[in-house]
Amino acid sequence: MLNEAEIRTFLDSVVHYFEVSARQPVAVGVPYLVTTGVPPVHDYTGVIAISGKRHGTVCFTAPRSMLMVLLMRMNESDTSEENMRDLVGEVANTISGNARRDFGKDFSISVPSIVEASAGPLAMSDEARPVVIPLNWRSHSARLIVCLS
Amino acid sequence: MKLFAPLKLMIVDDSNIIRRRIERSQQIDRLQFVGSAANGVEALALFERTDPDVVTMDLTMPEMDGVECVERIVARKPAIRILVVSALADKATAVEAIARGANGFLCKPFTDRQLNDALAELLQDG
Repeated sequence: MLNEAEIRTFLDSVVHYFEVSARQPVAVGVPYLVTTGVPPVHDYTGVIAISGKRHGTVCFTAPRSMLMVLLMRMNESDTSEENMRDLVGEVANTISGNARRDFGKDFSISVPSIVEASAGPLAMSDEARPVVIPLNWRSHSARLIVCLS
Repeated sequence: MKLFAPLKLMIVDDSNIIRRRIERSQQIDRLQFVGSAANGVEALALFERTDPDVVTMDLTMPEMDGVECVERIVARKPAIRILVVSALADKATAVEAIARGANGFLCKPFTDRQLNDALAELLQDG
């Protein structure tokens, strides 16, 4: 389970990512605990597996429309599906990697894997309940889902 | 007249977006882009083909990670300048990368200015 300070770490990471990469702030909603089932996902989800002193996943899920605009804000002219998949994985990777500033080196992160919404609900650990951090950027909704035991 | 000889730049990152971003954003006149690789194995093969002088290196990559790749490249060419560009923000990781032979560390996400400052500092140190 995540404590308040740990949720703050991920929240700060995601805010920093948008400030630097998109040069536009992201609005963060109130984080909530998912008590039953798995959180819903958008078109693409970047999944980082966490091992070491904590176990679980960090996921960034976003709609195609948001990823396309984000690519353009990053001066990337190639807004292909391949680059959207790449971006959703890179966002998840950067937020997870930045969290090591607080979690330390034993918070090991995997390379990103990408899941499309058509693949069905996310597979999540039974050992912990996911915390969802709702995000809103330029009228697009996205979510950061952190599930750590 | 050019005051300095051009230096060959190789970019290593498993993200195509980041590879393109670094290539597009770097504005150091001396740097001449020679190619990019998506993991450590590809990077070593590209290194053999192009003999770069400067490398930007991600750490978390499939096949072979950046730390091992840094070590192998430095063993082949000790004078090479390597800037690690990684999201891994803990101090211990930066210290380890430097201990294995990297010359600088830039944390993702980064601005164009931060990238160019880090590259300029890398070349100044050389």
